[in-house]
Amino acid sequence: MNNDQSDKVPPLSKIARELAPSGIRKFFDIAAKMHDVISLGVGEPDFVTPWGIREAGIYSIEKGQTTYTSNYGLIELRQEISKHLDKRYGVKYSPDSEILVTVGVSEGMDLAMRAIIDPGDQVLVPEPCYVSYRPCVSLAGGDPVGVVTTNKDDFRVSVAQLEKSVTPKTKAIILGFPSNPTGATMPRQALQEIVDFADKHNLYIISDEIYDRLTYEGEHTCLASLNNAMQRTITLNGFSKSYAMTGWRIGYACAPPTVLTAMMKIHSYTALCAPITAQKAALEALRHAENAVEDMVMQYNQRRRLIVDGLNAIGLKCHLPAGAFYAFPSIEATGLSCEEFAERLLYEEHVAVVPGTAFGESGAGHIRCSYATSIEKIEIALERMGRFVEKVAPELISKIKADKTTVIGTQPAAT
Amino acid sequence: MLNYQPMQLEAPDEILTILSRDARTSPEKIAKMLGRTVDQVTAAIAEFERLGVIKHYKTIIDWEKTGVEKVIAFIDVKVHPAREVGFDKVAERIYRFPEVQSLWLVSGGYDLRVAVEGANIREVGRFVAEKLAPIEGVMATETHFLLRKYKEDQVVFVDNEEDTRLVVTP
Repeated sequence: MNNDQSDKVPPLSKIARELAPSGIRKFFDIAAKMHDVISLGVGEPDFVTPWGIREAGIYSIEKGQTTYTSNYGLIELRQEISKHLDKRYGVKYSPDSEILVTVGVSEGMDLAMRAIIDPGDQVLVPEPCYVSYRPCVSLAGGDPVGVVTTNKDDFRVSVAQLEKSVTPKTKAIILGFPSNPTGATMPRQALQEIVDFADKHNLYIISDEIYDRLTYEGEHTCLASLNNAMQRTITLNGFSKSYAMTGWRIGYACAPPTVLTAMMKIHSYTALCAPITAQKAALEALRHAENAVEDMVMQYNQRRRLIVDGLNAIGLKCHLPAGAFYAFPSIEATGLSCEEFAERLLYEEHVAVVPGTAFGESGAGHIRCSYATSIEKIEIALERMGRFVEKVAPELISKIKADKTTVIGTQPAAT
Repeated sequence: MLNYQPMQLEAPDEILTILSRDARTSPEKIAKMLGRTVDQVTAAIAEFERLGVIKHYKTIIDWEKTGVEKVIAFIDVKVHPAREVGFDKVAERIYRFPEVQSLWLVSGGYDLRVAVEGANIREVGRFVAEKLAPIEGVMATETHFLLRKYKEDQVVFVDNEEDTRLVVTP
């Protein structure tokens, strides 16, 4: 009877049916059922939100601040975001018309796509990249066009590659640097070239800078600060990574008034506003959490060097990621595919990593190892991974051991 | 006289930050964490020790869990400063007692704050009455007994909360 009824239910939308499930989801289901798993698969800080920020959230609830806010977000918060971007990057966004507080960068990306994409428009997406970029383009009716980046180029994207993929239908390009999953960053000059490329082809640039503070080599470049960039750039950022506030779901989008107004319109119907408690906490984060950020960055940096050194030592070649909190080593030398490697590593050694293909086909041959976890756990994970590599590719380890005996003294972390 | 000469460092060395949080971090591990050689790290630590920048390495122990009874008291001391030597002379007479764990000069209504450890309240009481109070220059004392440790030197004395993050997230 019930079955008969459900047969009569209309089909799901074409877009929902065709939307690929996240490659990470599948993996999570296996890992969640196991005990004793050390996870290098987590894409969020292991730190708890600094207490001062949490306390500000609690206080706002105590005061009964439980209402909607302006669609744009609290004006104090927008003013503080404006000041912050000006102070750090010399970028001037007006708090009144160019800043929108969003439910994380995830919502910001969705709004950006819906505001600028018409069906059939193409969006260039350098890959491997964060899992939501392609789906957000598709959900807006656009066609994502992957642009392959490789470890030979430290996973940076060049104009030469973009030129090969651009067509008259191209409307925008999505950049996510520092990168999840590769940890790659882009030098200022290379970004300027991309801005010039976008100018030449009249494209929007959506710049996801959620990992801006987690830059360990050199300085982060805010894309909007480059020559000629402001008018075509949508800057997305938030509090999740820098301030360890993932669960608060709070971020922001900055763009010229025309684009921002369009995004705000959509936001006003789909989210109305970001949660007020999170907005109050974010305000505290911008005002009083600089020391906490610097301390977290210092610790990530120590772990980064440690894990990269450890991965190279067990034969998983790894470029030194300059940002975010991921190492993205090649596992090609083991002869396994990245899915096989990740699955067997999980079953046989109880270490969770994410196969590179979860972030686009060009992630093949790599795994993403998050170092947003304690040094103690990273060390145990490396030990287990070393044992695993020794089992699946014994010749790899013996080669490293042979190489090592020729080196006198201990070398600093490989670069 | 206390001889205090601050060391000129451009920025606090990260080695010190690491060791101040976990003194058992090996030079090999520190070298990897900071991208320096083991020799550089070992030499830097030796230099910090020589200069007295690194004073001592100690362990934080939750004695309560071992069943060992200890009584800790913080005693605020009002001192009549002596000509030329200020509080230093009195401070010296106080910190020489092995019962004194720590001694600080502080601002406010009292001048010195003494941390004293003893086997029981009687023992600490006797120390205050018979040793501390009669010292020349000590004008008044106020004793606070420690009732419960919540946090000491950045270490919280309750068991850590579990990592509640999902095992794999994007």
